[in-house]
Amino acid sequence: MSDQNSAPVDLIVIGAGMAGMAAALFAVNRGLTVAQVGSSAEIIFASGLLDLLGVHPIATGRLWQDPWAAGEALRRDLPRHPYARLSKADIQGAFTEFCAFLADAGLPYWIDPGRNTPVLTSLGTFKLTYALPATMQPGVAARAAGRRCLIVAIKGLKGFSAPQMAASLAASWPQLRAATMAFPGARSGEVYPEKMARAMELPAAIEDLAAAIRPHLDGAEAVGLPAILGVGGCRAVAAALSTALARPVFEIPSIPPSVPGLRLKEACEQHLPRKGVRLFLEQRVTEVHPLGDRGFALQVAGRPGFQTRLACRSLLMATGRFLGAGLRAERGRIRETLLDLPVFQPQDRRQWHRRDFLDSRGHPVNHAGIETDRYFRPLATTGRPAFANLFAAGSILAHQDWMRMKCGSGLALATALAAVRACRRALAGTLD
Amino acid sequence: MTRLKTQVLIIGGGATGAGLARDLSLRGVPCLLVERGDIAAGASGANHGLLHSGARYVAKDPQAAMECAAEGAILKKVAAGCIEDTGGLFVAVAGDDERYVADFPSHCHRCGVACEPLALGEAREMEPVLSEKLIAAFKVPDAAINPFKLVFENIDEALSLGTDVRPHTRVTGFRRGRRGLEAALLRDMQSGAALTVEAAQFVNAAGAWAAEVAALAGLEIPMPYSKGSLLVTERRLARRVINRLRSSADADILVPGGTVSLLGTTSVRLDRLEDCRPTIPEIDRIIDAASKMVPALAATRFIRAYAGVRPLVGAKTPHDDRAVSRGFALVDHAAEGCDNLVTITGGKLSTYRKMAEKTADLVCAKLGVAAACRTAVQPLAAGGASRWAAPGLAPRLWLKAQDPDDLLLCECEMVPQSAVDEIVDAIRRQKAVVDIRAIGQRSRIGKGTCQGAFCAVRLAAYLCDRGLLGAGDGPADIRAFLVSRWKGLRPVLWGRSLVQEELQEALHCGLFGLEL
Repeated sequence: MSDQNSAPVDLIVIGAGMAGMAAALFAVNRGLTVAQVGSSAEIIFASGLLDLLGVHPIATGRLWQDPWAAGEALRRDLPRHPYARLSKADIQGAFTEFCAFLADAGLPYWIDPGRNTPVLTSLGTFKLTYALPATMQPGVAARAAGRRCLIVAIKGLKGFSAPQMAASLAASWPQLRAATMAFPGARSGEVYPEKMARAMELPAAIEDLAAAIRPHLDGAEAVGLPAILGVGGCRAVAAALSTALARPVFEIPSIPPSVPGLRLKEACEQHLPRKGVRLFLEQRVTEVHPLGDRGFALQVAGRPGFQTRLACRSLLMATGRFLGAGLRAERGRIRETLLDLPVFQPQDRRQWHRRDFLDSRGHPVNHAGIETDRYFRPLATTGRPAFANLFAAGSILAHQDWMRMKCGSGLALATALAAVRACRRALAGTLD
Repeated sequence: MTRLKTQVLIIGGGATGAGLARDLSLRGVPCLLVERGDIAAGASGANHGLLHSGARYVAKDPQAAMECAAEGAILKKVAAGCIEDTGGLFVAVAGDDERYVADFPSHCHRCGVACEPLALGEAREMEPVLSEKLIAAFKVPDAAINPFKLVFENIDEALSLGTDVRPHTRVTGFRRGRRGLEAALLRDMQSGAALTVEAAQFVNAAGAWAAEVAALAGLEIPMPYSKGSLLVTERRLARRVINRLRSSADADILVPGGTVSLLGTTSVRLDRLEDCRPTIPEIDRIIDAASKMVPALAATRFIRAYAGVRPLVGAKTPHDDRAVSRGFALVDHAAEGCDNLVTITGGKLSTYRKMAEKTADLVCAKLGVAAACRTAVQPLAAGGASRWAAPGLAPRLWLKAQDPDDLLLCECEMVPQSAVDEIVDAIRRQKAVVDIRAIGQRSRIGKGTCQGAFCAVRLAAYLCDRGLLGAGDGPADIRAFLVSRWKGLRPVLWGRSLVQEELQEALHCGLFGLEL
């Protein structure tokens, strides 16, 4: 056991999804010493789009062009939603800071301030989001201007059908055409988004793909394709392909495995340590020992035989919901998996889900989660914070339905920032 | 208005109707089969997959027991491709009725059901999942049967012998003559077009809907509905069928279903057929009861639940529907002044062939056709697209073929594009609708651990690429598929199944916005 490990850090973040990564970033940006434990594997399920707020109230399915106006309405109607504790400045600040980090890491994001942006998906639907990868933005511009577009699908890439998109959009975007072609160098069989994306980081691959696309252009003013334009070097790959084709190219998000999600993962994994975050990825916290005022001691385990003990003055749980294993549903009730904190939840399993999967009111179980005080400290059954120096952020929080409200990333980023701010004050002794 | 003429109109595309179509066409009798939904949409597509030895009925329903015993032996010969002859066990645990246990062997013997006592240690060695609290165990010749493969094999053979099969075609009324029916009036549910079928003989093989069909002919059949709910485990737990040795109650049977196990069932009176869905209290009851017999069930992951309706014929509101005979009822409506309509209903999947035989005998007698039944000796024609309904086949064939361009559309069950191509051809031959649900009905797609979350999207994309799905239908078809699967998912959404569902909702709502 090294000295480095036994000296307590200011903050340990448990969880390596969106909220965990953001919390680690915000903490280290504010001069805290930070360690982070978790699994970042699930982030490849993320589409790469960063939602703020798209739908409210979900019962009517009302879509909002202005997410800030939506937020005002939501705060009035849902005073227990985590956003109700946050101001527009808080949320905007979180997006700005996180996107600045991503830009520095080679992943520029595009925001139309004050507006949600509709992004074309591989199903031919449009998803309203707030911050989108710059590699997807030319598609937004093309559609807004009604430009002729070529959608390119790759032979052997499942779940992405250019004819399906063109057919879905025949009425609203008739200038779309479809083409399907083999990925250069792939002789036969299935192709994989990550492999193609990495291959595209080679200049020769870009030229080969451009050559394959060129015969199909036929006056198209922009070209859409699956999200395979490089991983860490996506800015350069997209620019090079655009140059080679002499027109903008744009990525279209699809089913996992998602390369834009992978980009987020790699950006965090590579650049957070450079800022001083100590990362313990693909590892789990197996024991938590509260040490009163002094903080917490954690036992961390990962690869077989690897165990370490960490200590911190404060702890932030960004452990996610069921997929992230921050919550676990037994047959009768839902438990919080780290500290067995009380979980706000429907009375029994019969109330968890509606009879109709797409019921517009959403499923009550999605509102289950951890309740906190205004400083994002989880509450004990007494209704007071369970620990003075324990914080929670992200989708584990109660009283929100991120999948229906389309507020997942905003929730993660903004509550992570608020929790980190509160944590700083707590460490300084200035939290009441 | 389309007008068709045939010798025999069969109403109902479940096991009974399909078996009857095959039986009659083997006898050279032209028939037309109509079904209001897709093939095997009723109890034939929602049962336990159990080929009963009959041992379950020896105490209270010896007639049904003897029928099952005889038919089981026949089906193992003529429908071998649909059956895994697993054998079965009957086990009692501490607290079960010991008198029932003591009487069991003699009842079996009386009904001609083979039954061999086992030492408790031997039973637990054969099936390690059995409780340590066993007090008795017997071996019986139960087997597992794939009802989808069975029904589709019957349908496909009937088609090849000239039967006209029309799914998505619903009876809306009858035209009566002086002494019987002149024609059936139907609607094509796909196009909305009206259809008239004139036939010499009419057979109501509509299972739980038989009373509704009979009512359209002005006839009444008392038919209470008893719903049975079942669960599908993620992995197969036992080699053999495992039964609880007691008077029939909930959750008595665990049946192997290829790569999974099927656990059930319940018996809940329903007022309306539309209310047929597995409920959370039922599912919890099943798990709690069956855990006494197989303790691992308390911690098993279930990937889906489902429910079917048993048509119970002749019941005059008994207290317990389990007391109603599981024997079948063949009703000749000549007694009610309708000379050319018969209703065949009740019964069990295990006795479908016998039900079809008796019905065909009666219909042929009325037609003056002398040909004898051949279904007891002539094996079902195997091969064809119906083989994709069997679990484990797709991975074996795909690995053998080693065709890198034949991509797997369903990764959980390893079903490739080539299988989908074959199934789509079969759907067209059967004149059903080509959509994700129909493909799921005829294959293992969507039946694995992801329950269709990803394969629905891959399948829709593939069908669009091949031009098989109409313009803009991809999202609509995926939506319809997910909505139809939900009934079976909702009751088992805890543990890892809830994790899977969260991912599904994140994808389909969070990203694709299918709810909007």
